[in-house]
Amino acid sequence: MIKIENIHKWYGDFHVLQGISEHINSGEVVVICGPSGSGKSTFIRCINRLEDIQQGKIIVEGKDINSPETDINQLRAEVGMVFQQFNLYPHITVLKNITLAPMKAKKIPKKEAEKIAYELLERVGIHEQAHKYPAELSGGQQQRVAIARGLAMRPKVMLFDEPTSALDPEMINEVLNVMKDLAREGITMIVVTHEMGFAREVADRIFFMDYGKILEGGTPEHFFKNPQHERTKLFLKEIL
Amino acid sequence: MNYEFNWMLVLTGEYRDWIIKGLIITLKISGLSIVLSMLLGTIITTLRMTRIKILEWITISYIEFFRNTPLLIQLFFWYFGSYVVLPEVINQWLYAHNYEFAVGVVSLTIYTSAFIAEEIRAGILSIPKEQMEASRATGLSFIQAMSYVVLPQAFRIVIPTLISQFLNLLKNSSLAMTIGVMELTYMARQIESYSFRGFEAFTVVTLLYIAISLIISLGINIYNKKFLRMIKY
Repeated sequence: MIKIENIHKWYGDFHVLQGISEHINSGEVVVICGPSGSGKSTFIRCINRLEDIQQGKIIVEGKDINSPETDINQLRAEVGMVFQQFNLYPHITVLKNITLAPMKAKKIPKKEAEKIAYELLERVGIHEQAHKYPAELSGGQQQRVAIARGLAMRPKVMLFDEPTSALDPEMINEVLNVMKDLAREGITMIVVTHEMGFAREVADRIFFMDYGKILEGGTPEHFFKNPQHERTKLFLKEIL
Repeated sequence: MNYEFNWMLVLTGEYRDWIIKGLIITLKISGLSIVLSMLLGTIITTLRMTRIKILEWITISYIEFFRNTPLLIQLFFWYFGSYVVLPEVINQWLYAHNYEFAVGVVSLTIYTSAFIAEEIRAGILSIPKEQMEASRATGLSFIQAMSYVVLPQAFRIVIPTLISQFLNLLKNSSLAMTIGVMELTYMARQIESYSFRGFEAFTVVTLLYIAISLIISLGINIYNKKFLRMIKY
């Protein structure tokens, strides 16, 4: 479903991504961890082309996303994204935050878009907040709205860029629980996170990144019990 | 000083009708130019922000050119210059209709849009770039993200500075008298030359300008207060 072939990216002289190749299957939940500055966020931001790569290829659902022939808006509709800082639209209600893209990008009628939005809000457990503005919600609630917003386009893949890093500790679980439900429903997910409990519980594979490379990847079993790379061992020792 | 004020002269009869006519023209020319310059200013800024080099270059030139030349020159330029540049058909049509008024609207719109474009750009730059990112990530196009997410937030932030642009436009519309638009100032001037009641005529007109200005700022501020409260980051 997602094929990444030897991608490289530079910010000026800084070589952020140094040749990553991976294959992610439909329905798979992949967790990416690693120290800050290792290129994790940049990596997943390349998958929906929020960042451009300078070398290599990313194929999503058979489409080369960096090819000029690819309709990037259509592609992004199939790849949902949840950000660290939620990035909800502060000037419109929760409901409108969710219905905006389906109505404008997919031309779904308002009634239908709202029906989908209510269903999603129910699913993330905050349907009673539909008519509030983002600033009136807690961080955990805002992030759940952001997840609903991403799901509203019925994406084939969901990208999560440190979805719980900006949350107060007591709100982390409410967001993780929603994500766990999604993982069990079979949505393909790529999650950058430091939540190792989440990784252990739902990940099919865990990638460990440092210096712009995936140093090792494998099942949680393998990753936690039998890491091969020295850098991974050190990392695990520090965070567990 | 033995000048006897005669307010009734300008507040009744033919002179009063002139003032009312002038007021209507001033409101029309300003209102139309405000709407058009907002539209044009927004389009110019949006084009500038596409990061397409050639568009950036054109829009910056546009802004610098029209911001840095006197409005009076621009009025004369369009008034006398359009005759030479525009095709005969359009000229004929313009002369058959309200040529002066059209030139007035065009000049005020182009001049003010250059300032408005810069104000809106400042507003857009103050919106966190993540707003654009988040909307693009859901599959919205650049134009859609601008129209539904970035611009609505940017407008609310720049409303106070936009108000002063609108007030400037209103006051600048008085320059249109120089090309023969029969707006408020033109009428005051005319009353003065017919009756030598310059003091009265210009006082009345001055008060009218103040009244319109206050209505504009008050109206927009009320609108602003009503909607701005929700914007928090």
